[in-house]
Formats: sequence, C-alpha cells, structure tokens
Amino acid sequence: MINYAMVIDTTACIGCGDCVVACKNENQVPAGLNRDWVVEETRGEYPHLHTEFRSERCNHCGHATCVTNCPTGASHYWKDTNIVLVAAEKCTGCKACIAACPYDARLIMHPQGYIDKCTFCHHRVDQGMDPACVSACPTGCMYFGILNDPDSQVSRLLRTRRHKTLLPETGNIPNVYYLV
Amino acid sequence: MYRREFLKLSALMGSAGLLPGLLGGCSAPPLPGSGEVATRRTVCNICFWQCAATLYTENGKPWKVVGNPKDPHCNGRLCTRGTGGIASYSDPDRLRQPVIRVSRNGKQTFQPVTWEEAFDTIAGKMRAIAREHGRDRIALFSHGDGGKHFQRLLQAYGSHAYAHPSFAQCRGPRETAFGLTFGEGVGSPDRTDMANSRCIVLIGSHIGENLHNSQVQTLMQALDQGATLITVDPRFSVPASKSRHWLPIKPGTDTALLLAWMNVLINEQLYDRTYVEQHCSGFDELARHVQPYNPEWAYLETGLEPALIRETARAMAQAAPATLIHPGRHVTWYGDDTQRCRAIAILNALLGSWGRPGGFYQQEKVDLPPYPAPEPPGPERDWKAIVQGDYPLVSTGISNVLIDHSVGPGAFFKGWFIYATNLITTIPGIRSQLKQAAESLDLIVVVDTMPAEITGYADVVLPECTYLERYDDLRNKAERTPTLALRSPGFSPRFESKPAWWIAKTLAGHLDLEEYFPWQDYREVLDWQLRQVGSSLAEMEHVGVKAFPRKTPVYFEPGKTVRFNTPSGRIELYSQHLAGTGHDPLPKYTPPERPPDGFFHLNYGRAAAHTFGRTINNPLLFELMPENTVWVHPSAAAILRVGNGEYVRLKNPEGTHSNRIRVRITQRIRPDSVFLVHGFGHTDPRQRLAYGAGADDAGLMHNIKIDPVMGGTGMRASFVTLVREDA
Repeated sequence: MINYAMVIDTTACIGCGDCVVACKNENQVPAGLNRDWVVEETRGEYPHLHTEFRSERCNHCGHATCVTNCPTGASHYWKDTNIVLVAAEKCTGCKACIAACPYDARLIMHPQGYIDKCTFCHHRVDQGMDPACVSACPTGCMYFGILNDPDSQVSRLLRTRRHKTLLPETGNIPNVYYLV
Repeated sequence: MYRREFLKLSALMGSAGLLPGLLGGCSAPPLPGSGEVATRRTVCNICFWQCAATLYTENGKPWKVVGNPKDPHCNGRLCTRGTGGIASYSDPDRLRQPVIRVSRNGKQTFQPVTWEEAFDTIAGKMRAIAREHGRDRIALFSHGDGGKHFQRLLQAYGSHAYAHPSFAQCRGPRETAFGLTFGEGVGSPDRTDMANSRCIVLIGSHIGENLHNSQVQTLMQALDQGATLITVDPRFSVPASKSRHWLPIKPGTDTALLLAWMNVLINEQLYDRTYVEQHCSGFDELARHVQPYNPEWAYLETGLEPALIRETARAMAQAAPATLIHPGRHVTWYGDDTQRCRAIAILNALLGSWGRPGGFYQQEKVDLPPYPAPEPPGPERDWKAIVQGDYPLVSTGISNVLIDHSVGPGAFFKGWFIYATNLITTIPGIRSQLKQAAESLDLIVVVDTMPAEITGYADVVLPECTYLERYDDLRNKAERTPTLALRSPGFSPRFESKPAWWIAKTLAGHLDLEEYFPWQDYREVLDWQLRQVGSSLAEMEHVGVKAFPRKTPVYFEPGKTVRFNTPSGRIELYSQHLAGTGHDPLPKYTPPERPPDGFFHLNYGRAAAHTFGRTINNPLLFELMPENTVWVHPSAAAILRVGNGEYVRLKNPEGTHSNRIRVRITQRIRPDSVFLVHGFGHTDPRQRLAYGAGADDAGLMHNIKIDPVMGGTGMRASFVTLVREDA
C-alpha cells in the first residue's frame, strides 16, 4: 500500500489562491465549485497578531468515513493507495459521503449529477507528477509524496518540522499535514 | 473567496443535475489531458512581470497555462492571476469589433464599423488636427507591450508625447530618487537581490499580496534561509504576518522613521564606512542633517517605540551589506514621495547594499538589435519643455500633466491614443477633468481587450486580441540573467479583434507612413531579431525562453572604482541635482495631514487574485475574489455601528460616495485607517461580472498631493468614513 501525503508550510503560505485556480483549470472544475480553498485564521489583538493561511482540500484519510458510508461503493480507494475517488458511474448523489466527511471537502454536486472532490490529481500522480496545486504554488509551500517512504521529502519535513493535521480527533487519519 | 456562497450556488445546480444521477448513473468523466493535447509558448500579460509560460489546449479548447521552468521570472510557477489568465480568452464580455461614436437624433451612440472605416475616421481626424494645430498634438497613454507600436506610429506622424501611468501613478518617485542617488533607477523586474538577503525591510510594500512572481519567490527563499524580515505598514499585511518585526506605523510618517534609522546608523557608527568613503559623496552634510531626528523624536511622529527603532536599525546593520531596504513599487503616496524614496536609497547606501550580494544587483539585457526600419523624424518642438517644464528632472511623460494640458480650447494636446490603461481608475480624482478633456479633444482612440470605463469617452474603440492570440515583441528585460522570451499565439483572434502590431501598421498605411513598418507580418521582425543573436523564431517557438551569458559582473567588483551617472560621479547622499533645481538636497520629513473627526485614512493595495481593475471581469479570478471589502478595526466598527459583512458606502469629506462595499471587521488594521483592495467598483455595465462589484478607491481621493520633484499624484492623503445603507 502506498500512503500519499500532502505537506503545506503555513509559514510560507501567502493565501494567494493559486492552488484553487490551478485545480480549477487542471480538472476543469465547473464554475461556482471548488475542490480546494484557502482559509485565513487571525488570532490576537492589534498589534499583537498571528495570521495563518492554509490551503485545504480532501484529506485522503487512512480511515475514510466517506468510503465506509457510501452505499453504492462509488467512493473508493484508488488502486492500493489512500487516494479517495468517486466513481461517477456508481454515484447516485445520495450525499451520505457529505454527511460522513468531517472536513466538508466534497462538492455537493457536479452539474453532471455526481459528488465531486479532490483526487490528489491521481492522473498526474500516475505519471510521476505532483498534483496541479502543488506544482503551481508560487511560494513552493506545498509538498507531495509518499509518507511510508522514510526518505521522501514529506517524511523528512514531518520528521524535522512542527506540524499539525485538521481534526485528528475524528480518527479519520488525515493525510494533509500543515507545518506551523 | 466565499466558499459558503459557492455551495449555495452549487446546491441550485445540484438539484437540476440530480435527475441523470438517479436515472442509472452518469458515465465517468474522461481524465484531464486524455484528449488531444497541444502546447504553445507564451509570455503572461496579466501583469507586467511578464512570466514565460506554456499554454495547453485539449481538443482545441483552452485547458491551462503553466509557468516555464526555465524562466527566471517564474521558475515554472505562475501566480494566481497568471494561472487564471487563460479565462481572459473566453471572457464573453470582450470587445468584439471596432466602434465609432456617432450622433443619432441628438443622442450619441457607438456604431460598429469595419476596421477600414475605423482607420478612415482616425486618419481623417488626425489630419484635421495636424492642419489646424500641428502634427505634434497627439499624446499616447500606454501601459502594456503593444503600446510601443503606437508610439512608433505617432512618432512617425510627428507626435512624440507619451506617458505610462506606471511612472506618475506608481514607480516614478523611486526611479527618480534612485536615479538622483545612484545614477540609475531600480527598473522592472526590480534589481533586488532578495534571494541572498539576510535582512529585508519592507516600507508599506505588501509583497505576497502584490504578487510579482519572482519577488515573492525570492522573499520566501530568503525567509527559508533565516533572513530577518522587518515590515513597516499600518496594516498587518501578509508579509507583516511573516515578519520578525512588524512596525504598525502611523500612516504617512515613514520618512520620520527612515531619518531616525539613519540617525542611529550614523551616531552608533553602524554604517559601512569603507563603502561610504569609497563610493559616496555628501556624508558630512547627511550626518549633520539627521542629528535632530533621533528615535525619541520619531516616536512622536510614527508612534513606534524608540527601542524598537534602535533594535531594527541594529538588525539591518548586523546583516549588511546583505540588507535590502526594499524600494517598493507603487510609491506615489503623500506628494513628498521622491524625498521618502531618496531616504530609502540613502539608507541602502549607508548599509553598502547597492551593487552588493543580498542588496541590489546590476542588470543586463540581451543586446538585441531593432529590426531595420527608418527612424521616425525628431520632434518639431520640445513637448516636454512646453508641457512639463516644471519638472526638469523627469525624462518621461507625466500622465496627469499631459491630461492638464489637454483641457480647454487653448490646450496643447488635441488628440489621445489610450492603449490598455483605464485612466479613470488609474489616475486619482480624475473623473471631472477627463470629462472636460473629452469636451475639448478632437480625437480619442482607445485600444483595449475589454470595455474599460475609459472607452466611454472614446471616438473610436479598437478591439485588441488577448495575449493568448498574438505575437508581441520579445521580452528582453534588464535583469540578473539576460533572457529572451517569446509570446506566440495559441488561438486565432476571437471576433474581429486584432494584435496591436497589425492595428498600428494598418493605420500607418492610412496615414501614408507604411515605410516605418516595412514588414508584412510581425513574425518577420521576431525572426530577424532572433537570428542576430544566434537563435530563430522556430527555436523560440520550441523553447519559449532562452538565456544568454552575462558580459558584465552581477555585483560591484571589490576594490574597484565605480563611476556613477550622477553630477559628482559618486553615490549622492546629498543630491546636487535637487539642490540645483531648488528642492531639498537631503530628505525632508513633511508631517501628514490627520483625518478630520469621524474620518479614517484611506489606504488601498493589491490582492493576489487581481491586477488592478484589469482582471475583475476574468471569470476565474472573479470567482476567487468577486468584490473587495473595507477593512475596519473592531473599535472603529463599534463606533460606526457597522457589522461584519454588512454593505456600506464610503464617503469622503467632499461628500463623494462609493459603490456599496462589504465591511470586514479585522484586527489586522489600525483603528485610524481603513483599507480596500484597488481595482473594484466598475461602472461600465458591459463588464457584466465586474459591474457594481465592490468600491473604487481612486474615485474617493479628494486630496491629491503632487510631488514637486517628479509631478506624480500622491494618493494616500485622502480620508473616508463609512455610511450605513440604512442611514
């Protein structure tokens, strides 16, 4: 099994949204819908402030509740990896996966009538490339790689840098990490 | 980005799309790139950083545009706007065909015409102006690559006056100030050596929101290598959030801080004495001049603790000469901008960073000969002496001064060509003057891709095709590595739109000036030029970007004497040119005006998603940021009784109101200031997405401060308050 992970350095992220636009182009995401988005979080009081920018998307969880809750098997793991995909031809649009996703990471409905989401650009990963958002990021604050390869850049970053995941308490085992 | 709204929208679309899903599932969509993919080399034109890129089409349809990894402007990564640039091709609101202004039943309207008819109209009016007033009475306003074709056309005709608003509304003070100090300007791309800096100081510059690509990349590289970032800004900007020290300065008092830093560097003997002795003149005058301006004095002006001023000055000195006091880009703020930029230049000189690693490198461009064509004749009269004689230190056109000389029957200028610049929102508080100029001018021609507001004043509007549909001049910038980059079209022009070179050349034919455009197709020019430097159009269509070896050193060579292009031949801490023209030869601090009761400093800036007003209507970028917000501190919001997300209007002391704009209550702004992103509040309904979305800051500027040295328009001395919609 290959465990893919994305590592995003919030100390270098400027919240520019290039990841969002690059994804929309690469995957021809319909107008009005997004597979990824940027969150700005400001803490403190003027002038003692801390602002974090964070690019968010599907966490391609090790224990994906969307997969276990899908009644038709449309939500599934791609090959022998943790990349979660939706098979459009099996999706009835019942939205059980939306209810089951703690990250609100699924598009409610593609105009063609299926639930859509981030694929980690598996069509690019298949060719040895990074996801489109990672390749486009102008500050280079996003990294993609194999977590169960100890020599990968993502593994090395997580060994040496302070980091967090979102809502780890859900037990979903998210695979998007944030350096803080 | 309002994700919640997207969801609402998608819920609507979802209910419509539900049926096919229930009726037996839909077929799996094809994977991206599984169709027939083709690529073309281009250079982005969404801003003026001009990153080289590759355009991808799939089955003949636009797919994506991606940075060229060999290009030092982007290193393979386009910014948000560049990535979104592909949607400019498919924007349904583009200008489609030439139109001319006609009167019908006493009402003026635009009538679609053929290119021939448009050219006949323009040529007829140009000839009438020449007969009545002279051939030198047409001014060109331009911001973009195609502008030089019109400059050549007008020069051939006899009109040499031109202005780029990027001077008098943007970078002019810094280019003037650095020119006076070092004998040359900063240029674009800026010659900042940030990748090697160990300390970077940003004065009101919000790199990161201002997404000049390799600047952002090198800033992040420096931070990654542990550089100290010091950001001076009334707002907790994106770079402020990455800074070791954020100095939340009182708006308009930057020069006081800069003088205090000089005071500390000189009095604590922290400046680079060897560098100053070797290269600079006027040190003793400077040292005497800054004596009164100690950090305690500056505290009263700036609100910054004296200890913090000293600590940051020492941090700069510690990292010197790899310390960059960044010159900024848009620096027309308070009318004393050349003086403030001089203070920045002098600080860099004291730290020894000009010409040194981590400071400023020396630029070089490719020695690319121009295509052999006759030189346009020189001007009959010196237009600069006639219209901008008050600014002898300025060698380029000052857009607002050219407009001053276009109003009224006795005005010098009788016609305008406006290329790709929306003067209405570019030049502050200009609306009424533009209206008057439009009354007295005999000809206004606008060339653009989109129906910007300025087209409303035009006699003739000519639709240019987008950068994805045309060849332009080779990109050849003075920079670290001399590089050429090619923009080649990925699509044929939509509608009746045409490239600038074709428009200028064909119009030249109507004015009997064909000889100045001695080629049929611009590919001939590009290929000829490329062959002179050992390349070819075919090679460039393949690689997109080509680097050439440097012939000059990147930095000053240690110990070697440098001759600066100043009167003394040295770096002039004390400027002889300024002294000779009656200006302060050493930077002088002018305290800013404070807002009247109930009003706030109007601050504005950029956002990563947009390039001024030019991209608001771009469908992809509009979706990312469909409107601007006015940033208000919670304490101010409480007094004004406005809530987060609520629509208000901004009002200046003269009673001018903005479009409605949403309030963003945030700790990231000083309580005495508000902030909004520039470029919104479009008033032309032909840009259907941008129309009425957000507010325009430029229209609220009531207190324009003209820089006495370079004539630019200071835009940060205006004040606004918030008016509730129910008030």
